[in-house]
Amino acid sequence: MDLGEINPVLLVASLMVAATPLLLAAIGELVVEKAGVLNLGVEGMMIVGAISGFAISVETGSPWLGFIAAAIGGAVLSLLFVLLTQFALANQVASGLALTLFGLGFSALMGQSYVGVKPPSMGDIHIPLLSDIPVIGPILFQHDPILYLGIALVAAVWATLKYTRVGLILRAVGENHDAAHALGYKVIKIRILAILFGGACAGLGGAYISLIRVPQWTEGMTAGVGWIALALVVFASWKPWRALLGAYLFGGITVLQLNLQAAGVAIPVEYLAMSPYIITILVLVILSADKSSAPASLGRIFHASH
Amino acid sequence: MKFTSLLASAAMVLGLATGAVAQDKTKVGFVYVGPVGDGGWTYEHDKGRLAVEKEFGDKVETVFVESVPEGPDAERVMTQMALEGADLIFTTSFGYMDPTINVAKKFPNVKFEHATGYKTAPNVSVYSARFYEGRAVQGHIAGKMTESNIIGYIGSYPIPEVIRGINSAYIHAKKVNPDVEFKIIWAYTWFDPAKEADAATVLIEQGADVILQHTDSTAPQAAAQEAGNVITFGQASDMSEYAPKPRVSSIIDNWAPYYIARTQAVMDGSWETVNTWDGIKEGMVEIGEISDAVPADIKEEALAMKAAMAAGEYHPFTGPLKKQDGSDWLAEGETADDGTLAGMNFYVEGLEGEIPQ
Repeated sequence: MDLGEINPVLLVASLMVAATPLLLAAIGELVVEKAGVLNLGVEGMMIVGAISGFAISVETGSPWLGFIAAAIGGAVLSLLFVLLTQFALANQVASGLALTLFGLGFSALMGQSYVGVKPPSMGDIHIPLLSDIPVIGPILFQHDPILYLGIALVAAVWATLKYTRVGLILRAVGENHDAAHALGYKVIKIRILAILFGGACAGLGGAYISLIRVPQWTEGMTAGVGWIALALVVFASWKPWRALLGAYLFGGITVLQLNLQAAGVAIPVEYLAMSPYIITILVLVILSADKSSAPASLGRIFHASH
Repeated sequence: MKFTSLLASAAMVLGLATGAVAQDKTKVGFVYVGPVGDGGWTYEHDKGRLAVEKEFGDKVETVFVESVPEGPDAERVMTQMALEGADLIFTTSFGYMDPTINVAKKFPNVKFEHATGYKTAPNVSVYSARFYEGRAVQGHIAGKMTESNIIGYIGSYPIPEVIRGINSAYIHAKKVNPDVEFKIIWAYTWFDPAKEADAATVLIEQGADVILQHTDSTAPQAAAQEAGNVITFGQASDMSEYAPKPRVSSIIDNWAPYYIARTQAVMDGSWETVNTWDGIKEGMVEIGEISDAVPADIKEEALAMKAAMAAGEYHPFTGPLKKQDGSDWLAEGETADDGTLAGMNFYVEGLEGEIPQ
């Protein structure tokens, strides 16, 4: 065993990369659930985002266009969920599951001609001066732009939910849609926008895996990240910064346990392998000991006549 | 992943309704652990399935279910296939061993073939390939080509098949490069591209300049390509889209001849329980083209080793060899017997770390 072989700078830098897909998907779902909608289709939207982003960036040679396409792809798929749950008033759990199934199959179909293709590289931002600081530079200031976008989104979602009128309305719709409706807010319209936002974020998260973290296209490559994002939202008590913390914890321990294994640390591998799940859950459960709870209207169907 | 198989089995129920028409066809089912587009393990099994279709045309009908988790869910999928009228079912991952035996008991008239396991029954055969022969070739190339003397190895689960591969690669790397060190990561998954890529990246960050993988996707290849100046080997499939570098060679599993022969046996009524373990000699294990990134002399040595194994002159586990704890395993010139290899649960001398139990 030789812990000296683990480079802490590279470790922290790669944990941020490992956490970003999870973070993007979770922050989108958080907004959706704050609006009172439970969309279990995160995995499906992510994988569709992964292939949309991959295909477009390969075709155009631009990773930026790829990410935009990924956001659109995820949002378009979530439109299906909108149609089912907001207009046809279908059960949200069943519709979400259907969305995941459909997304996995549909992405495999779309991706058939992209297996083994190498996507254009996005490249990291090197901020002059800042990125040259030893230790802190490589950790904080030498990443790809999407990673920063993820963090910015968390801050934006937090500020919007907490300080703006838009955030207040969104929360009102999520807590009590009948009251919000009575006050004259367009419940369905607000929820549709939230769902689309969630879809776009999930799409970005998926594309982050296929364009930056791996980078390649393989069928089913999100391999369950969407489900972890869903769990993360709950454990984070629907609070944006806690979702960030949870995502970094999860990503961090995932990368750390791989590092420990490679360095030959004498902890049984089984414990290392389950540690990301256990530690993330433990920390977030302890944090959520306060009174915060789920939006009251979460998962309930709204119709103006009720 | 469970939901994919849920959908697939729903589709199969639909298939049940339409399947009744074609009674005279031999129906062959395949249970896959990953998606058919994984570019590795499952992809090659599916090529075998397509070869069966091509060989027998109208006389055969094949069905498959992909991304079936190793566990109780597998049993459900197999039962469904058997109920649906499959005559022969290939279950293509180690973790399907007990589910296969359980389902086989319930359907004595259906023939089962389990890949890489060791439990047989009157209607269950097992088959596997001697991947460790290919690992010997990889170990040789890896040992010769590494500059950092650190070789990274991504294992899936600590099962005999994977441990054999690690031992074989290590023995042959060590033989040509006494300073070589193996770093092993257990991913605890067969297919999770993001995790596989992370594992490869971690190994590279810790100094490895050769990555061997025993997981099913091409993600480690992509990670190595991104890192630059690292070499890899295709696993289960050629993965030639990453040639000439990082992928410098590969182990290719060629299941097609076996699948065709076994389907034929079911058609003839000559099917019997067998325990097949074929290697380079029989063509079940192929070595993918060694790319130009490998110097000519190393390539020649590797090919000579392959030829010796094909001729039956060389066994990758030939003594003198000791186990990790220093106890004697094989005496000078002695070769390992198949029983020990099939149940291999120890590292050879020189490897560090413990095998998770």
